[in-house]
Amino acid sequence: MSTKKEIWVYAEQENGKLAGTVFELLSEGRKLAEKSGFTLCALLASADGKPMHQELFNYGAKKIYNVEDPKLVTYQNDYFAKVVDQLLKSEEPEIVLYGASTIGRSIAPTVAVMGWAGLTADCTELDFDTERNILLQTRPAFGGNIMATIICPDHRPQMATVRSNVFKKEKVGEAETGEVVDITVDLSDVPERMKRIESVEEEINMVDLKAAEYIVSGGRGIGGPENFDKIEKLASTLGGAVGASRATVDAGWISHHHQVGQTGKTVCPLIYVACGISGAIQHLAGMQSADLIIAINKDPDAPIFDVADFGLVGDLHEVVPEFTKQIEALKA
Amino acid sequence: MNIVVCIKQVPDSDKVTIDRETNRLNRAGVPSIINPFDENALEMALQLKDKHGGKVTVVSMGPPQAEEALRTALSLGADEAILVSDRKFGGADTWATSYTLTLALKKIKEPIDLILFGKQAIDGDTAQVGPGVAHFYGVPMITYAKECEVTENGFRVKQVTDRGYNLWEIEKPAALTVVKEANELRMPNLRKKLAAKKAEIPCWGFDDLNPDEEKIGLSGSPTKVNKVFAPPIKLNKEILSGEPADMVKELIFKLREKKVL
Ligand SMILES: Cc1cc2nc3c(=O)[nH]c(=O)nc-3n(C[C@H](O)[C@H](O)[C@H](O)COP(=O)(O)OP(=O)(O)OC[C@H]3O[C@@H](n4cnc5c(N)ncnc54)[C@H](O)[C@@H]3O)c2cc1C
Ligand SMILES: Nc1ncnc2c1ncn2[C@@H]1O[C@H](COP(=O)(O)O)[C@@H](O)[C@H]1O
Repeated sequence: MSTKKEIWVYAEQENGKLAGTVFELLSEGRKLAEKSGFTLCALLASADGKPMHQELFNYGAKKIYNVEDPKLVTYQNDYFAKVVDQLLKSEEPEIVLYGASTIGRSIAPTVAVMGWAGLTADCTELDFDTERNILLQTRPAFGGNIMATIICPDHRPQMATVRSNVFKKEKVGEAETGEVVDITVDLSDVPERMKRIESVEEEINMVDLKAAEYIVSGGRGIGGPENFDKIEKLASTLGGAVGASRATVDAGWISHHHQVGQTGKTVCPLIYVACGISGAIQHLAGMQSADLIIAINKDPDAPIFDVADFGLVGDLHEVVPEFTKQIEALKA
Repeated sequence: MNIVVCIKQVPDSDKVTIDRETNRLNRAGVPSIINPFDENALEMALQLKDKHGGKVTVVSMGPPQAEEALRTALSLGADEAILVSDRKFGGADTWATSYTLTLALKKIKEPIDLILFGKQAIDGDTAQVGPGVAHFYGVPMITYAKECEVTENGFRVKQVTDRGYNLWEIEKPAALTVVKEANELRMPNLRKKLAAKKAEIPCWGFDDLNPDEEKIGLSGSPTKVNKVFAPPIKLNKEILSGEPADMVKELIFKLREKKVL
């Protein structure tokens, strides 16, 4: 295998705005680059790439493969897949990382089969084995019941999609520099088999769970929709957002935008407070990487206590308002 | 309209546990179910059929017992079922699964208008087989579909995104992966259930699909499992109990000590 000693991060963008996970991927990619001695690069396919270059350099990219075409404004699988596939074949990087977003989860599996590349989905941990020169890709499977480390020994590139909010973003500096390689990809022969006619952001005015530093979540144990009040009060006192278990979403107590877990959002706040949540594996899958977990539950055997840093055994209807009160007092 | 739904039989992840000594899944006695997202894909197909007529075929690749999942799908209203099964297909990762399933779809005689998948399978959680098959089969694909309406030349599809939704026009034949919010599931129909029990389900194996031997099963899979282990448990946790006011006081003291508050 005569591949280039490069680690690529797929710089997902729409309308000239880079996705947040790109910076998390670059930060993690930097650690892998250090360990492997490979060069960290970004692959940027867009209508106009230049305004995004500085940010990519600032987060550690040493080289940007820059592809521009008016067709690359917003995501369309056929166009972007052709770009990525062509570059993977001409440049032959060792490793490619994508965010596990709606877009990443379309493009990565498509280009994996366009070549014969291995692709590990939704990784939560990456490491590099310097002896065998392979990427160690660790991810939860079976709804989080088990962790598996996946490798791709004989095919290149080694590719992974990575969950958002699992790796921390760390800037290198404000005025980092690097190389830009412009590559042209001819998209005129790609048939227009699908067309986007509308794109709507529904969550604009909603608390952004993914960005929140503090999250207070309610589960079935809160007893009813009216009790999300108590949860909201604690959340706003902490300056954070409200999360929820699927049981409360299914019961119609709160909208699905708040759901945390395997089929909801993955979050990584500084503090996650789980109130009246039993700690089913599918819920844990979405919040386990929080820096600090506080669980409030009246059942001392609830599995949520297995992942908690602090467990408060008691009735949330008393504990949560008390928590709010004492923090308010602290802030006064 | 001919719709094919790819369904996978998976162990019920609610009931799987891990043996912390051997790091193996305790699968014995764990019931198998149709992958939950695939049920929504099937429901989407059945609703399209109810409205526009046509035929729904379910396809599953797996060991012989995957036939059960196919029978369940028949009892819900699918018209035909195909099992893709052969020892040589075993151990396939998503790449090899996509390749093998595609050969099965190509063997179906009637032209296919729409291929549906679940958003992801709950055992592997990879969400790769849908896009993989779409490419091998040569049709455009939209992930995370919530709604699908028939138009003159194809479909109008609502795709759930990280922050809202996109609306697409896609020409047929097309492939979609379907999310949970797409619909409410129907109950099996008693008469269909009886018929499903007796239905003939063809099994297509290696000789029927005539695949490139290098591209199937374990050896056709670029990814390999290097190691499995139990998720780590927090060791230095503190469990507090007693009066709410005291517990909270202690908690806040500790949080301040850690400088997180
Ligand atoms: C494929 C699949 C995907 C899933 N995805 C998700 C997901 O993304 N997110 C998710 O959350 N779930 C998900 N689930 C569901 C998950 O398995 C659980 O059913 C769900 O998380 C349970 O929610 P809960 O903890 O709120 O409810 P319960 O399990 O009913 O727990 C309620 C808890 O509240 C405690 N309690 C009750 N009263 C009080 C009180 N007064 N004070 C203090 N504590 C009290 C109880 O002791 C109990 O522990 C999924 C399931 C499947 C099969
Ligand atoms: N062995 C299989 N047989 C039939 N369909 C499958 C199989 N594996 C995956 N699929 C389909 O592909 C989707 C995504 O699976 P996965 O990529 O494994 O998460 C599933 O929801 C199914 O619709």
